[in-house]
Amino acid sequence: MIIKRNAADMAAALASGETTSVALTQAHLDRIAEVDKEVHAFLHVDSEGALAQAALADKKRAAGEKLSPLAGIPLALKDVMVQKGIPTTCGSKMLEGWRPPYDSTVVSKLRAADVVILGKTNMDEFAMGSSTENSAYGPTHNPWDLSRIPGGSGGGSSASLAAFEAPLAIGTDTGGSIRQPAAVTGTVGVKPTYGGVSRYGLVAFSSSLDQAGPCARTVLDAALLHEVIAGHDPKDSTSINAPVPAIVAAAKNGNVKGLKIGVIKELQGEGYQAGVLNRFNESLELLAGLGAEIVEVSCPYFEYALAAYYLIAPSECSSNLARFDAMRYGIRVGDASGVSAEEVMNLTREVGFGREVKRRIILGTYALSSGYYDAYYGSAQKVRTLIKQDFDNAFLKADVLVSPTAPTTAFKIGEKADDPIAMYLNDIATIPVNMAGICGMSLPSGLAEEDNLPTGFQIMAPAMKDDRLYNVGAALEAALLSKWGAPILSHVSGLGARA
Amino acid sequence: MAEISRDDVANLARLARIDMAPAELDHLASELGVILNAVARVQEVAGQNVPPTSHPLPLQNVYRKDEVTPSLTPEAALSAAPASEEQRFKVPKILGEEA
Amino acid sequence: MSLKYEDVIAKYEPVLGLEVHVELGTASKMFCGCNTIFGAEPNTQTCPVCLGLPGALPVVNEKAIEYTIMIGLALNCSIAPFSRFARKNYFYPDMPKNFQTSQYDEPICINGFLDVEIDTDEGIKKFRVEIERVHMEEDTGKSLHMGGATGRIHGADYSLLDYNRAGIPLVEIVTKIVPGTGKYAPEVARAYVAELRDILRSLNVSDVKMEQGSLRCDANVSLRLIGSDVLGTRSETKNVNSLRSVERAVRGEMIRHAELLNKGERVVQETRHFQEDTGLTRSGRSKEQAEDYRYFPEPDLVPIVPDATWIETLRAALPEKPSTHRKRLQEAWSVPDKEMASMINADVLEIVEATVNLGADPAKARGWWLGEIARIANEKDVTAADLPITPKDVAEIVALVAAGELTDKLARQVIEAVIAGEGRPSEVIETRGIKVVSDDGALMAAIEKAIAAQPEVAEKVRGGNLPAAGALIGAVMKETEGQADAAKVRELLLKHLGQ
Ligand SMILES: [Mg+2]
Ligand SMILES: [Zn+2]
Repeated sequence: MIIKRNAADMAAALASGETTSVALTQAHLDRIAEVDKEVHAFLHVDSEGALAQAALADKKRAAGEKLSPLAGIPLALKDVMVQKGIPTTCGSKMLEGWRPPYDSTVVSKLRAADVVILGKTNMDEFAMGSSTENSAYGPTHNPWDLSRIPGGSGGGSSASLAAFEAPLAIGTDTGGSIRQPAAVTGTVGVKPTYGGVSRYGLVAFSSSLDQAGPCARTVLDAALLHEVIAGHDPKDSTSINAPVPAIVAAAKNGNVKGLKIGVIKELQGEGYQAGVLNRFNESLELLAGLGAEIVEVSCPYFEYALAAYYLIAPSECSSNLARFDAMRYGIRVGDASGVSAEEVMNLTREVGFGREVKRRIILGTYALSSGYYDAYYGSAQKVRTLIKQDFDNAFLKADVLVSPTAPTTAFKIGEKADDPIAMYLNDIATIPVNMAGICGMSLPSGLAEEDNLPTGFQIMAPAMKDDRLYNVGAALEAALLSKWGAPILSHVSGLGARA
Repeated sequence: MAEISRDDVANLARLARIDMAPAELDHLASELGVILNAVARVQEVAGQNVPPTSHPLPLQNVYRKDEVTPSLTPEAALSAAPASEEQRFKVPKILGEEA
Repeated sequence: MSLKYEDVIAKYEPVLGLEVHVELGTASKMFCGCNTIFGAEPNTQTCPVCLGLPGALPVVNEKAIEYTIMIGLALNCSIAPFSRFARKNYFYPDMPKNFQTSQYDEPICINGFLDVEIDTDEGIKKFRVEIERVHMEEDTGKSLHMGGATGRIHGADYSLLDYNRAGIPLVEIVTKIVPGTGKYAPEVARAYVAELRDILRSLNVSDVKMEQGSLRCDANVSLRLIGSDVLGTRSETKNVNSLRSVERAVRGEMIRHAELLNKGERVVQETRHFQEDTGLTRSGRSKEQAEDYRYFPEPDLVPIVPDATWIETLRAALPEKPSTHRKRLQEAWSVPDKEMASMINADVLEIVEATVNLGADPAKARGWWLGEIARIANEKDVTAADLPITPKDVAEIVALVAAGELTDKLARQVIEAVIAGEGRPSEVIETRGIKVVSDDGALMAAIEKAIAAQPEVAEKVRGGNLPAAGALIGAVMKETEGQADAAKVRELLLKHLGQ
């Protein structure tokens, strides 16, 4: 079955003429039609547009045009990324029916590389959440166990990979929304260095933390996609104007001999599931066996990262989401004769936003309000400085840092829905990376013995050293594959016989 | 211990333009109290000598040239408008000050 | 019965503060590439950025920074080595993001001053207006209030929004409080705005058209009892759209405050709107609760750290100060102070200069602009510069008079016709058939006729009473419908009568 292959293999099949992009795209559309009623990874499937893009890629190939490595390969796009003319909801009722009049830079780059966009994937509303339960359009189900969450906010993207509905996906990561879903679905996800991938056309949650990145089933596939979407964009003032590191070369290299790998003392132990820690330690041993030097590092201020994050992200979101006011786009509620614009804004925002979004807007409004700014937002920004210093110090001792990606495997849908604090703890290991603007990857480290669910291994590297993630990731992936004998996703069981 | 009253939340909801029902205000007041107590920890280490970080990377002076680029067509600009008239966005009466 | 101004200043000392918003004359907007043409069809100059569409990001217009630094330098400010944009959060339908990207505690220019001169009872006196800050921000869209009787916001059924103006770069220039103006507060306010406007015009950074809103003044006025150092409550008057209105608004507010204070009532701190027709201010809707703008550093933009050599290059290229320029003109034209002041007051200095630069004699150019043209402008209640007559027209007329081809009286006719839209001076002369009658034969016929009609006057002249010739010359001029050169007529007449 071609849909079970990796993107790089699919690309080889296209190049050799074994198949066409139209056939490949159709196979994925068929798979979506077959399983997405249960998985609910997609909010919108653009069959027509996808087949047209595929036909174009085939035509270019037939004409002998020089094509990008991923030309003709299908991809699932997180619904937080705008695509001209295609419904973009961000998982919110607020934007129901909105068709943006422009393309995000990521979409422009995907188009330029002839990548085929299958449709838009489900997510926690405006990317706020760790389970995709906060989508206004219902939760996404984890293909490993449909009663469990696929992680969040990018649960639709990660689930689409694990369900073989797409070989590649785009995610966005503000506090772990690419890496934590990757961890709990047995897939690979990378949060690039802040500024490495343009945010133009990424609907902002928290501007100083948001970053789009690749989701895939292998480290090499992630690297190939990363290379397509990365690079300087003059439309994004925070975009880095420097060459993209050689990430594909690093993913093909995978050599950790002599490399120093720092284990962050504070990101293990209490609160981490035993199976998660076991798989993490086994991976460390594999890396050591490959010639890496394992050192322990301490990042004492990481214990404040979660608190700082839940001030900074809500503060920025309270401002970013102010534009959803029923005046220019999106839904409008309560418009009737004699009702004022102000009342219509109030009514629309009450109805259009879900509970978590409102909770964070109110929290952020509080943290920025006069009299509280210094104590909350201002203090959180200082903690951010301390976290950066922790990383700077740790990177003096190690080339990359590692930790489990998420403290637990996928939990049951509904299990933490009423406990925001418990939910926020999911991101405890991923948040520091966003706070410091550095890069991070999650790749599968195995299955936890308690529940036979995937666990994630997180690698962190300094800003603009994204290639290190791929180097270490590729080495570990190869070692694990030879240990397991088959890719972890061959064990996906939630979709029964169809998987 | 951060105490958040229903009135506090109501004021925040007014600033944030969200028309919350009393029950929602009460619920949020208690949740917010819990969350604020958890996040107030940042104050423990946020000393005078620690500079704040607002941008993750130290970029500066990013500009564009003063060049005109194509705008959207008015049709595209208005395409998602809940209501429009005379090529303008039609909105309910505004209760503010005169501009 | 309103209080007399003299009674106000006998008891109170006015405290003045001025905020001026200037739309910069950049080709594109502050944060996007949209055009900035005034009066374009609605919503034709908008894009995802200035419409605040989800996902869109701002990028700073370098020219706007340059212009702002130039303004700061011309106003004797220090240019901040580090400044930033912040978000000012409040909801308003004309503001697409529901926050204004502005500068808050880190403005680009600080601590400057501007000296203005006022014609006082004790002669010309200098006042120093200290500038607190010059900062950058963006303009809002424009609303049309529909339904309702007056087109005003109150009583309207709905509003229509055009975002062409949204995102046009604005510079806000804020003075410190201006003490010690005494009864001259209204004149100082006006002179400050006029001087500021001249500076901005000389820098060529804005078209400074108050009537089109590219220069807008808010006047803050409060009163304190003479001898007391307790500041009064201030009111902020907006909508002041001409220099004359600045003066009227300040005087009007001083009187209104004094009336309230004299009655023992309280001045409310509020925004008031100047009414051009009545010269009075009207209260804006007072907000039931204070706004909390929740400023925080704009995460989508990076700090401005201007290069010292850039600043020095701009400083070196600053044009001559309008005040220096005026002194130079006054000397070159040998104009007395009073007359210089009246040119400035009538706002014709620049236009006179342009006329002189086209070859006209300074005294003559001044005479026409301050005389006939100013008279017509007064009648029409506009300024001379607004009339459809150009420095080129006036220079041409001055030349024709000098060449004897027009008399002063004929020149007045030409000016009236040009202003009436009959064409350029040469066209008016052509179509109206205006010409100086210099044909001796025709003049002699008219002279004979005049003598025949008033033989007794002719006798007096023959007898040596030369002043009596005036009546005969007048008759000749009448006969020739003003087209004769009076000097020539006089010469011929006296000769004819043996003088
Ligand atoms: Mg302002
Ligand atoms: Zn624009």
